[in-house]
Amino acid sequence: MGNLIGRRAAQMLLIMLTVSLLLFAIFDSDQFREKAAVAELGGFGVATLSDADYHAWLEKKGLNEPFFARYAGWLTSVLHGDLGRSMEKDIAVSTLLKGSLANTAALAFFVFLGLIPVSLTLGVLAGMNEGSRLDRVISFVAVFTTSIPQIATAVLLTVILSLGLGWVPAKSAMTDGWSFRELVLPLLTLLLYDIGYLVRMTRAAMTDVMASQYIRTAILKGLPYRRVILQHALRNALIVPVTLIFLELNGLLSQVVVVEVFFQYAGFGRMLFDAANFGDIQVVQAATLVAVCVAVSSQLLSDAAYIFLNPRVRFA
Amino acid sequence: MNSRIVVLLALVWLPLTAYVMFRPQLGALGTYLLLPAIPGVILLYALALRSWRESWVAILGVSLVCFWLLMAVTAPYLPLVDPNKPLVPFVAPGGIRHGVLFLLGSDMRGRDVLSRTVWGCQRVLVWGLTATSAAYVVGAGCGLIGGYLGGWWDEIVSFAGNVLLSFPVMVLLILVLNLLGQSGFNIIIAVTCSSAPVIMRIVRGLALDAKSRDYIQAAQTRGEHPLWIMLVELLPNVRGPIIVDACLRLGYTTVAITALTFLGLGLQPPDPDWGLMIKEAATAALLWKYSYMLIVPALAVSSLILGFNLIADGLREMSLRD
Amino acid sequence: MSAQTNAVPSDTPILECRDLSISYTGRTGDVPAVVRFSLSLMRGEAHGLVGESGCGKSTIALAIMRYLGKAGRVVGGKILFEGRDLLAVEGDELRKIRGGAIAMIYQEPMASLNPSMTIGGQLTEVPMYHEGLGLRDAAARTLAMLDRVRMADAGRIMRSYPHQISGGQQQRVVIAMALLSNPQLLLLDEPTTALDVTVEAGIVDLIRSISAELGTSMLYISHNLGLVRETCARVTVMYSGEAVEVGSVASVFRGMRHPYTRGLFASMPVPSADKNSRPLTSIPGQPPPPGVRPAGCSFGPRCGFFVAGRCDSERVPMSAVAPGHASRCLRTGEIAWEAAPAPALGGAAAGFGGIALEIKGLTKRYGPVVANDALTFDARQGETLAIVGESGCGKSTFARILMGLIQASSGSIELAGLELSRLPVTRRSADTIRSLQMIFQNPFDTLNPSHTVGSQIARVIRKLGVRREEPRIRERVLELLDLVKLPRDFAERRPRQLSGGQKQRVAVARAFAGNPTVVVADEPLSALDVSVQAAVTELLVDIQRREGTTLLFISHDLSVVRYLSDRIVVMYLGRIMEQGRTHEVFAPPYHPYTEALLAAVPLADQRYAKRKVLLTGDTPSASNPPSGCRFSTRCPYKILGTCDRLAPPLQEFAPGHRIACHLPRERLLAMQPVFEEVNL
Repeated sequence: MGNLIGRRAAQMLLIMLTVSLLLFAIFDSDQFREKAAVAELGGFGVATLSDADYHAWLEKKGLNEPFFARYAGWLTSVLHGDLGRSMEKDIAVSTLLKGSLANTAALAFFVFLGLIPVSLTLGVLAGMNEGSRLDRVISFVAVFTTSIPQIATAVLLTVILSLGLGWVPAKSAMTDGWSFRELVLPLLTLLLYDIGYLVRMTRAAMTDVMASQYIRTAILKGLPYRRVILQHALRNALIVPVTLIFLELNGLLSQVVVVEVFFQYAGFGRMLFDAANFGDIQVVQAATLVAVCVAVSSQLLSDAAYIFLNPRVRFA
Repeated sequence: MNSRIVVLLALVWLPLTAYVMFRPQLGALGTYLLLPAIPGVILLYALALRSWRESWVAILGVSLVCFWLLMAVTAPYLPLVDPNKPLVPFVAPGGIRHGVLFLLGSDMRGRDVLSRTVWGCQRVLVWGLTATSAAYVVGAGCGLIGGYLGGWWDEIVSFAGNVLLSFPVMVLLILVLNLLGQSGFNIIIAVTCSSAPVIMRIVRGLALDAKSRDYIQAAQTRGEHPLWIMLVELLPNVRGPIIVDACLRLGYTTVAITALTFLGLGLQPPDPDWGLMIKEAATAALLWKYSYMLIVPALAVSSLILGFNLIADGLREMSLRD
Repeated sequence: MSAQTNAVPSDTPILECRDLSISYTGRTGDVPAVVRFSLSLMRGEAHGLVGESGCGKSTIALAIMRYLGKAGRVVGGKILFEGRDLLAVEGDELRKIRGGAIAMIYQEPMASLNPSMTIGGQLTEVPMYHEGLGLRDAAARTLAMLDRVRMADAGRIMRSYPHQISGGQQQRVVIAMALLSNPQLLLLDEPTTALDVTVEAGIVDLIRSISAELGTSMLYISHNLGLVRETCARVTVMYSGEAVEVGSVASVFRGMRHPYTRGLFASMPVPSADKNSRPLTSIPGQPPPPGVRPAGCSFGPRCGFFVAGRCDSERVPMSAVAPGHASRCLRTGEIAWEAAPAPALGGAAAGFGGIALEIKGLTKRYGPVVANDALTFDARQGETLAIVGESGCGKSTFARILMGLIQASSGSIELAGLELSRLPVTRRSADTIRSLQMIFQNPFDTLNPSHTVGSQIARVIRKLGVRREEPRIRERVLELLDLVKLPRDFAERRPRQLSGGQKQRVAVARAFAGNPTVVVADEPLSALDVSVQAAVTELLVDIQRREGTTLLFISHDLSVVRYLSDRIVVMYLGRIMEQGRTHEVFAPPYHPYTEALLAAVPLADQRYAKRKVLLTGDTPSASNPPSGCRFSTRCPYKILGTCDRLAPPLQEFAPGHRIACHLPRERLLAMQPVFEEVNL
């Protein structure tokens, strides 16, 4: 088991290295270097920057060194936590990232808190009795919520809960400090879609298991239905949903961009969006790197969970 | 049956794509370009109704999608006001100002919401379909190569896929558009980068499964070229799950394009677009009495995606039954 | 031979089905699966239920267990268990009967065991829930039961997960699970179909001893008449959802009184005959598709004794032909049952030409695994050479090397002077490819589902350059369809519109499209029903004889091999154990493995008896093969210190009849025959 996980970890490390190289190469290109030079030297465009000035700047920044030497240098400083400086806000990128990641993590925490119990329960209930009325209702609602893009969910929830009923504020900028009321709308927006998705996956896994021959064996052994479900079915049916929950971390990093921008919540997605719009290269680069790092770790966790939960792989 | 669908899709998609992508270059021709697509959509709908009559889910889905397709191809011939022309701002739905009926109201700049919604679906449909197709060509190609040829080919293709998959989708889209600049064509590239690896994985899995089949071995033992085996022997047999996935993926792409325009990336104003409409209304008119400006495009995009998802569900259900 | 009833006689049958009818709800309405089926099973009796796929035999077992799923339901009749109406039992009472009074053993042991629970966990819960035993007592009982089903190392097995033990062990676990609650009735649904023959023999022996020792009543469902003969006292033959003949195994198998039963026997090879002396007779046509039932006798359309106006007028009733023997046929008194079935034309033994294919020292290694170890044999022109062995013996690896899909590690294969062992198919000339063709195992997989039958045959003709002009290709396609006796309009059909046997015929047509000199057939019959097997076998024999093709017939089924082949190569774990002409291999001296294989083949024909030779254990893994003789771990004659250390010498008993064994020559020569003709 440890062997398998070790191999996956090595693969993930290789992917991280490739991604970092890719990101470095991209933001090391002339186009972005000039942008950075202009921003730093306070020029009004590349035209005003003389060739000599530019070269002097490159020299000063050590950008004339060979590519791999610079990559190694960059990588070292990244590993030491130095992710560069934000041009827009003129603070260390790491400080900026820390704040926004903390906000997104708070959001993610509540998402998982709601997501896991609700969707696993509903998915198992639906999959246990395929074709029953309960299954039809759950499945239909799940198709519906996964079909509404989050941008539309955000709109509809805002209109109904905030503009119409006035229960919660429409924006989540949290200008007056942290407030759970402001978190409700982004939270619900994320939850509606994710629950629908996970319910469908859990239901599919559960129906597969319920149709399997070993469940037939368990029933025809004369076991009570409770034991058939709890002992025989769930163990197998929950393997896939549990791995998907870990992968959801990756999905969440993608989904928060639109949701945080819509609700003006100062999280990771909002920061990335602002930086991209402003052309704040170092922030974009660092944010991407961190996002990939989180995503890769979540994949590794998901693989480890799969290996751990599945005896066929664990004792292969 | 299959060939007819392909012909009809081409009949609808080609004029629509030409119309949306190259309207300025087309000049007077543009006015008539979409005419053949109108019967195309109707025939397509009729065909779908006939062959999918067993699944009301698929019928409901195809009805939604065909409704928006019909809106897209008939937009120039419908009695709508210019979607970009400011008339009277903040007219409530159903209001009449200066003899113009604003069925769905007007926005903060006085543009007709109905007209913008109808015109807006053109862009989403055209770029969504094109980007998904591009992702499919790349993804299915790589998947077949990785799954069927195996060995080093598989290692390379799978590793490249894994690298791209390690980016959260939205982060990747933002990165690519930031790098390449913002345009419809770059959206195609961005969507291909994010979708092709997933498609590659699906097709690769299907190809791996089909590869062990005796009919593939039979083709190998008569010395067929790998390209022939992949395209003629393998591909047709994995089309079922691929078509289902393609419908889902059309939905995802629509979501992505709408989200990108909402973020101000990708397709640029002033042409109407659902994501853009939400963005403008959310920043300028976030009040209960103006909520129609938000709700109309939100419902429009939701219904289109629901349509794609229902088709996928219906097809999957039908394939399981046989 | 059979399990004799030694239980208390009782008037009430333990199980009784009265006019049981079961239907499945489909999209097009109700489809009957079982029609007015009656059966009565006495205490301690073992009753066989035989029939081909789709005849409804498994449905009956599931109906008895009350597990028909959502689509299936009993639409008429009764199931009585010890006189109680089973269909009226619900809730806790039903739960007590399931797994308590009635237990079931399944076809696929791997799929029937929960992959994420230990064997011990799955076994102990039976006594815990049925008898309220504590964990400790339940575990003790389970260990004892594992011993009883002759499972070595029971303690380790208890801690294992299902995927960690072999198929034979899994089936023993399933049997132990069924027996743990001391059931009165055991339902066995094809319990050995997924297993190798030598493993099957062990399980069959176990089942037989259970019914003898415990007096458990059994309903044994199988498509294999031989297995039923070995395990049961009475038998019901089913056809298309109906019982067509019922009686004691002895009277039904010796004096069958239904044309379908007779047809089944005629389509099975017998030990004393081969393709030249007594060709197989297949049953023409196919079973009616579900839901479309012919009027009158359902076997009518395929019956050689069919009389229009009589057989197709109304439903034929069961009528007694002897005490305890009944048949659903109107003409039982009119048909000359003892006469030889329709005189099919035998053929003269074909003469063989020179050597067509020569294999020398062929070896294939995958890392530490030696899949083929120094194979040496040849095949002559026009000859049928059988390669026999169980799973993992390397027969399919050999076929793949021969076809150029993989390359050998060393050794040579020579076809018409051309060395092929390391020549991939992509580098072979069209001529070479044309002269070496293959027929695959799985008929449902052998044709590409996306293309029409005609276009697939045409592709072969075009690709191999047999014909070039389109009209002539088309002409050749139709000729080939004629050759395999399929209607010409099949060219336009898609594979899913064909039955398994028809698909396999198309595969034969495809293989013979380019007049090959050698055809490799990899288990081409194993997935087909008995009556269809005969037709495809005869087709192969016929075409081969006409075209003078060399046929390499890869199989695990010794009865078909004996019938079909001229020479036999017996393989075990990648090595050749014995080779020789068919009659030499089937008579002493045997290689001990050959002897066990022969003894393992279930035999339905009552005119023969066979000796019991049981192997212990399972085939070792190919990645960790035993040293010395590969068979030494299971060999009943093993010489300690020799067999497990030294590679066995080749001993020649007749020209070309070679046995790789350490046993002294006299010992081998003194072996007794496995089969014996019994005078009745």
